[in-house]
Amino acid sequence: MKVGFFVPCYVDMLAPRAAIASYELLRRFDLDVHYIEQASCCGLPMTDMGYERKACHVENNLVKYFSGYDYVVIPSGICTDQVRYHLDSVEKTPEVQHILDTTHDIVDFLHDVLQVKSLPWAKFPHRVALHNGCHSLRYLHQARPTELMIPDFSKPAALLNLVEGLEVCYATRRDECCGFGGTFAIWDQSCAGQQGLDKVSDYERNGLKYVTSADFSCLMHQQGVARKFGVDIKTYYIAEILNGTAEA
Amino acid sequence: MSQVNQVKLGAKFIADTAHRVSHDRCLWAARMRRDKVASEIPEWEEMRSLASQIKLHTLTHLDEYLQEFETRLKENGVHVHWAEDAEEHNRIVHEIFSAHHVKTVTKGKSMLMDECGMREYLEARGIDVFEADLGERIQQLDNQRPSHIVMPAIHKLRGDVAKLFAEKLGSDPDIDDPHYLNSVMRKSMRQNYIKVDAGMNGVNFAVAETGTIVVATNEGNADISANVPPLFIASVGIEKLIPRQRDLPLFIRLLSRSALGFDITQYTSHYTRPRNGQEMHVIIVDNGRSKRLGADYFEVLKCIRCGACMNTCPVFRRTSGISYDAPYMGPIGIVLEPSYDLHRYARLPYSCTHCGSCGNVCPVKVPIPEYVFYWRTEVVEQHEDELMHRMEESGMALALRNSTNLSHAEKLGLWALRNLPKWLLDSPANPWAKDHANPEAPKETFREYYSRQGKG
Repeated sequence: MKVGFFVPCYVDMLAPRAAIASYELLRRFDLDVHYIEQASCCGLPMTDMGYERKACHVENNLVKYFSGYDYVVIPSGICTDQVRYHLDSVEKTPEVQHILDTTHDIVDFLHDVLQVKSLPWAKFPHRVALHNGCHSLRYLHQARPTELMIPDFSKPAALLNLVEGLEVCYATRRDECCGFGGTFAIWDQSCAGQQGLDKVSDYERNGLKYVTSADFSCLMHQQGVARKFGVDIKTYYIAEILNGTAEA
Repeated sequence: MSQVNQVKLGAKFIADTAHRVSHDRCLWAARMRRDKVASEIPEWEEMRSLASQIKLHTLTHLDEYLQEFETRLKENGVHVHWAEDAEEHNRIVHEIFSAHHVKTVTKGKSMLMDECGMREYLEARGIDVFEADLGERIQQLDNQRPSHIVMPAIHKLRGDVAKLFAEKLGSDPDIDDPHYLNSVMRKSMRQNYIKVDAGMNGVNFAVAETGTIVVATNEGNADISANVPPLFIASVGIEKLIPRQRDLPLFIRLLSRSALGFDITQYTSHYTRPRNGQEMHVIIVDNGRSKRLGADYFEVLKCIRCGACMNTCPVFRRTSGISYDAPYMGPIGIVLEPSYDLHRYARLPYSCTHCGSCGNVCPVKVPIPEYVFYWRTEVVEQHEDELMHRMEESGMALALRNSTNLSHAEKLGLWALRNLPKWLLDSPANPWAKDHANPEAPKETFREYYSRQGKG
């Protein structure tokens, strides 16, 4: 199975450990993994601000370099949603449609495509708060959002439950948005900051020190707010825990 | 009109801890009650789909249903008027009132009348309007817009109401007991109810098959407005129609559960014909709706005004409806208001984190999250985007053009994180630093790690 591995811009720059863990984790399975070095960005910052038309160049670039793989895996829910559902300026040729259909966030890829049933190398004997980023939760449908009256399921929790000693926990408002919201945290700092503070305070009230998510963007925001306001939490990208390289 | 800056108005509310915390808790509690009562109905999700389909059907056959509705109304002895816009609506109301020498009116809650600015219009023409909904009346006394479509004064604390009532109704400013405050308002309003010349109401659902208008309230205020005075006017937006009486229970089951998390409202009142000796008018209002019907975002017309999207919205709960400075606020407001005035409301679609929760609680499945994207694109296309956004976009377009540019941009960013003094990194030039500690710069990017690994 030929798998392309795309590292989103913010992960490359600010969270290489998330990308390294994902890359190592993928290579533990019998896969032919290729880093897609040439692609730059999924186009989300432009689409997010309404510059859909100007995202055209970035999107064309993306499908060019995403071609030729059985699957493309991205260690970021928010960017995966962008690729799968918001590449609106690119013509949907059969080749492009293949890319959209076979691009997965790492959680979906492990759970749905590889159908991973054990992670013998992973051990993390702690109570860990699982934060489902909104895009992973409500657009990639990785778990049941609390608003929907459908049977309960959670792909990230199912994977985390394979890790020895780990207990999956949640904040009281388990899937309320933490306020990152793409460019939202830049343009509406007051609200994003308050949302973030409410979220990390919720962990603290529940005695949860370790936080994980399939969206590093949420974690970057939550960790930044926590450090600013002196709340003691430690954040891990989900692949770090699944790969067994997270250190408490 | 000047542009609404929701971010700035919202920041003011956020800084007021007591109000923000209370507001957030009240609305989150409504959301939690909604989850609970919805979970008790096995067919909840099917109900949402069905309600959405009935609304879509009605909206795509609206001409037929409107004519049927008009015919039934007339058969029932109701006077029917058609208003193309807010101006015509207000003029019709005023003409009816002039013909009957009306000086005082009680009015049930109506988003449509708020949208038309009717109260201000009538008051400017010497007619006293008394809001009959408690929250709406509080807001009227305070000369402020409603902050929520079903809980108009939810952003206020008890103390605020006590102070307001003391000032306007002469009560004791030091007693903020809700029972006392209620009794003060009851005493004041009952005097008005007995002497008013006319009553007015909005409409939740209009049944085409029977010509019935249906109003749901928790205070019974609609019934007083409709049943006490000799003259009664109801205003209904063209999107409020449902085809048949038997379609109604579905919407009634969804409405209060979604809005407040209660099984049903205290009162669900059906008005089909005037009482003996009463004169009843129904004004059917367009005010931009038929324009929306032909637009990409036409499903906003499915909205039944329950407010569930507001209760769940993380931004709304922290900033309050006051910060949107518009008749419709919260998630539905930010996708509806730009269609009234794109310039004035151009910044509202950015007051959203794309969490998607509003779309999931909406009882008629208005695709609000999708429409947020639609309006942001429209704001850019119509050149209403902010200068700062344009600058950021240009910077990003350059940095993200290809992997070489991106790699340079990342190096520059990391250099800045590692080498610039802390005072500069934490200065207002870096908006991230207001509520975040800056991230630590990693030793190398993934790109660098990968090339060091000798490409696997």
